[in-house]
Amino acid sequence: MIKLIALVPLFPLIGFLINGFYGKKLSKGLSGGIASVSVLASFIVAVLAFLELHHSANKSHVVELFSWINADTLKIPFEFLYDPLSAWFLLIITGIGFLIHIYSTGYMHDDPGFSRFFTYLNLFVFFMLLLVMGNNYLIMFVGWEGVGLCSYLLIGFWFKNQSYNDAARKAFVMNRIGDLGFLLGIILIFVTYGSISYGDVFTKAGVSGNGVVTTIALLLFIGAMGKSAQIPLYTWLPDAMAGPTPVSALIHAATMVTAGIYMIVRSNVFYSISEVASETVAVIGVITALFAATIGLLQNDIKKILAYSTVSQLGLMFLGLGVGAYSSSVFHVTTHAFFKALLFLGAGSVIHAMGGEQDIRKMGGLKGKIKITYLTMLIGTIAISGIPPFSGFFSKDEILAHTYEHSKLLWVLGMMTSMLTAFYMFRMLFLTFFGKFRGTHEQEHHLHESPSSMTIPLMVLAALSVLGGALGLPEFWHMPNWMSEHLSPIILHKNPSTLDHTTEWTLMGLAVLSAGVVIYFAHAMFITNGVLPMESEEKMKPWQKLVYNKYYMDEMYDMVFRKPLDLISTAFYKFLDLQVIDGIVNGVGTAVKGTGNVVRLLQNGNIGFYIVSMVLGIILILLFTFII
Amino acid sequence: MLTGLLIILPLVASLLVFLTKGSAARTLALAASVAEFALSLFVYFQFKANPAAANLGLNCTWVESMGIKFSVGLDGIGLLMVLLTTFLVPLIILSSFQNNYEKPNSFYGLILLMQMALVGVFVANDGFLFYVFWELALIPIYFICLLWGGENRAAITFKFFVYTLFGSLFMLIGLIYLYNHTGLESGIKSWAINDLYTAGKNLTLDQQSAVFWMIFLAFAIKMPVFPLHTWQPDTYVTAPTQGTMLLSGIMLKMGTFGVIKWLLPVAPLALEKWGGTAILLSSIGIVYASCIAIVQKDYKRLIAYSSIAHVGLISAGILSANQQGVQGAVIQMLSHGVNVVGLFLIADILLRHTGNREIEKLGGIRNMNGQFAVLFLIVLLGSVALPLTNGFIGEFLLINGVYQYSAGMAAFAGLSVILGAVYMLRSYQKIMLGEKTTGGVEFGSLAMSDKVTLIIVCVVIIAFGVYPKPLNDLAEPAVKTLLSTLK
Repeated sequence: MIKLIALVPLFPLIGFLINGFYGKKLSKGLSGGIASVSVLASFIVAVLAFLELHHSANKSHVVELFSWINADTLKIPFEFLYDPLSAWFLLIITGIGFLIHIYSTGYMHDDPGFSRFFTYLNLFVFFMLLLVMGNNYLIMFVGWEGVGLCSYLLIGFWFKNQSYNDAARKAFVMNRIGDLGFLLGIILIFVTYGSISYGDVFTKAGVSGNGVVTTIALLLFIGAMGKSAQIPLYTWLPDAMAGPTPVSALIHAATMVTAGIYMIVRSNVFYSISEVASETVAVIGVITALFAATIGLLQNDIKKILAYSTVSQLGLMFLGLGVGAYSSSVFHVTTHAFFKALLFLGAGSVIHAMGGEQDIRKMGGLKGKIKITYLTMLIGTIAISGIPPFSGFFSKDEILAHTYEHSKLLWVLGMMTSMLTAFYMFRMLFLTFFGKFRGTHEQEHHLHESPSSMTIPLMVLAALSVLGGALGLPEFWHMPNWMSEHLSPIILHKNPSTLDHTTEWTLMGLAVLSAGVVIYFAHAMFITNGVLPMESEEKMKPWQKLVYNKYYMDEMYDMVFRKPLDLISTAFYKFLDLQVIDGIVNGVGTAVKGTGNVVRLLQNGNIGFYIVSMVLGIILILLFTFII
Repeated sequence: MLTGLLIILPLVASLLVFLTKGSAARTLALAASVAEFALSLFVYFQFKANPAAANLGLNCTWVESMGIKFSVGLDGIGLLMVLLTTFLVPLIILSSFQNNYEKPNSFYGLILLMQMALVGVFVANDGFLFYVFWELALIPIYFICLLWGGENRAAITFKFFVYTLFGSLFMLIGLIYLYNHTGLESGIKSWAINDLYTAGKNLTLDQQSAVFWMIFLAFAIKMPVFPLHTWQPDTYVTAPTQGTMLLSGIMLKMGTFGVIKWLLPVAPLALEKWGGTAILLSSIGIVYASCIAIVQKDYKRLIAYSSIAHVGLISAGILSANQQGVQGAVIQMLSHGVNVVGLFLIADILLRHTGNREIEKLGGIRNMNGQFAVLFLIVLLGSVALPLTNGFIGEFLLINGVYQYSAGMAAFAGLSVILGAVYMLRSYQKIMLGEKTTGGVEFGSLAMSDKVTLIIVCVVIIAFGVYPKPLNDLAEPAVKTLLSTLK
């Protein structure tokens, strides 16, 4: 199956083409069916190939398709790399992707753009697969920008709404800022190593200078900041919730945003060499994690809460990468994919039941009405909050343990993020499902559980969120950590834990205890005391206002970047271009014309004038030759 | 011989078209241009089989006393430019089927005449002949703009004509200067390209510098490079759509092609000294024009400025004089040619269907014609160089080439990656998305000729983005040979 690994991206591509060209003529069942089956087929191939890789001694397979770009020493083949890292991501993308496709057949059922939606969804999966399958940085870049395009299309899926279109455009442009860094990084890799294929680059990375490795690592990280929504390039992700909810689950939780993590794990050699780069990753990661978590505290849009939690969780993953815990971060990517897809799809089910309402202030008491959604979302919330034995506990704990070893300060910040996460997630859960219903009568009457096409994916994801932790049990439990075993061939500088067992137990206990306290506190606040979010901004305290308005970051970016750009552009156009440069050009023209007008007068037809001029001319020439 | 035929065919066709009456002119012109394209494809396969094949070139005496020869031939770069020309002209003619121009025989005759001159520029191997074709190309486009142009066309076309002619005269001086330095050993002066190369290389740095700037001036005006660009937006906007397509799709490449074939090899020392300055100007132009594109109101003018930005990167890549930069430039010349024709057709379609090209006054067209929205989007993506579109291959190689010259300059020039997305997506959103706001005008479906043209453009955008090998196979060795003459 590994030889046929190109089938994995091929199936969604075929699905895309069929739906793209004939989607409107197909029935909804057929259109959604083709899209879902194409991803299922990819998943099956991915599983078979995975099993083959597992039993094979050779852990790295290159499949060449064709020669893509040749420019003398720059040779870029279009080829795939199948190794433990790409194999694992293939499973996540196609597996979760398939569930989201199934869910979408239910969620999007009444939308007039049904087949268009599946066209984009298939294309998205295709590009995401390219991203993780490429054997060189440029193929990764193809997938990288490709998912950027698809997110643009999907965020702006309801294109009649211009504020959704603004969000889509913002996502694309902000990603492009990161992409420029990535592109320059790729070029520097080529200039330094004479190749951009992973194998060539990584074997030579050790012998190149530390300075150049740092530059490469930082440039690549700029790309990761854009795609994985880290400070300062994160503001697009919360806005991206404008897209249909399954899109949020697919793009903004389970796959696209994890591209940055994938990229850094893939390039772990650089980050192991360059301490400056890895420290930067860790610090940016932890700041983003904490910052986004605080914003999550006061949001009232159920999807926005989840969006900020995604930004925050991604920050934790980058923290893990920065402290050298690569396999822990991939582990957290995996568990996060389970529970965050679950939470988003659950939120979609809630929105579906509420007839499009997303504001948790208008929800409440839903747990009796939509039981499956409630139970699965409860599981997701527990998992993300780090309560054992749910999956999120294990992966987060692994990252935090490594962080503790690396730096106590970063660990404290990471712990704070965890506690905030538990708080805002349970706040969301309590406000949505507990207490009294706060919506309209119509909504209350309309409340219903979603169809099974939506609830079955929820249940599967819930099961994965419960059990996913088994992929990486703590080593000090004397259990096999499957994930770190699996990824060990691609991580060049391993970083085994040196903590003694007492410390590890203490850290773990602290994490569980703090989460428990926070949840109790949230319970007391929202259930026992029935506190509700404030309706208007006016009553808020200044700090609440600040957090509620996301620290006014969007407004600041507007002031610092967008407005000056428009101003400069206008000045360039109206003043520099039209007045100065073109003014000079036209001035020269006028001057020539003017001179012509003056010189014209000399030709006046007066013979006497001509003779005098001639004599004067001869005298001048004589004088001239005489002087020389 | 075949190369000569490529020049003669459009010339003869042009004369025939002039003689026809009524709408037969455009049918004949389309047929002739398709035949020319087929011929160029035949030449391509001949060339592929054996690049040195004698039957491709033509070399006969023209003015013996002055060493002028009618010498034409093909290398990989010239062939690609010829293919671009012969591919685009039928598309340009097809794109005109919805505009009923007066005196169609003159209009299409001039287009074919222009094609003849353009092909001549790309195949000339004699300095004098190159100059003749170069100036010859200006005449038909001058009349196309003057007779079929829009508002204020007389003044604008006059400015364009004088401006480019002004530059060309400096090039002529430069070429004559080189000619005068040929035949140092043999005593026989010659306009042959290789003799001019040798003559240039034997010059001192100061002499080379003078030649460099004189010739570069002509090419820089043609492209145009900042700050010599102010004729371009007005001319592009005023010219009839097909004129704009000829100017931006093909004629602009005369400038970039000229730098590759007629400037780099004759002044290698001057390039080392002055290349940086020229790259700086080109790069400033990229960012400057991209910024200006953001605030344009007329979509056609927006494309005009975006073209200045694109050509700035091409120019910077060429002047960085390394394999990736020059090869990227060649590939990008092709992509830009195709994409910009697509974009100008879109601007024309907008005007024809809504009576309007103002971005602010359009909106919601996607609701009325989804197919047009998709085709427009694909052309747009090619233009912002999304990977797997043709625009990406060239852009990646170009930024790579500039990076090898200066990392900082590459980062600066690379800002176009971001700014391009800004102005392209902003205008697309305003024109196509949102609720219907085109003043109640129903957009309607696309005419068959428009649809076919756009589909062809889109197919090329994706096909050569996924599989650029045929283009690179031609460009790579030719650029390598050329760069080896610089050493």
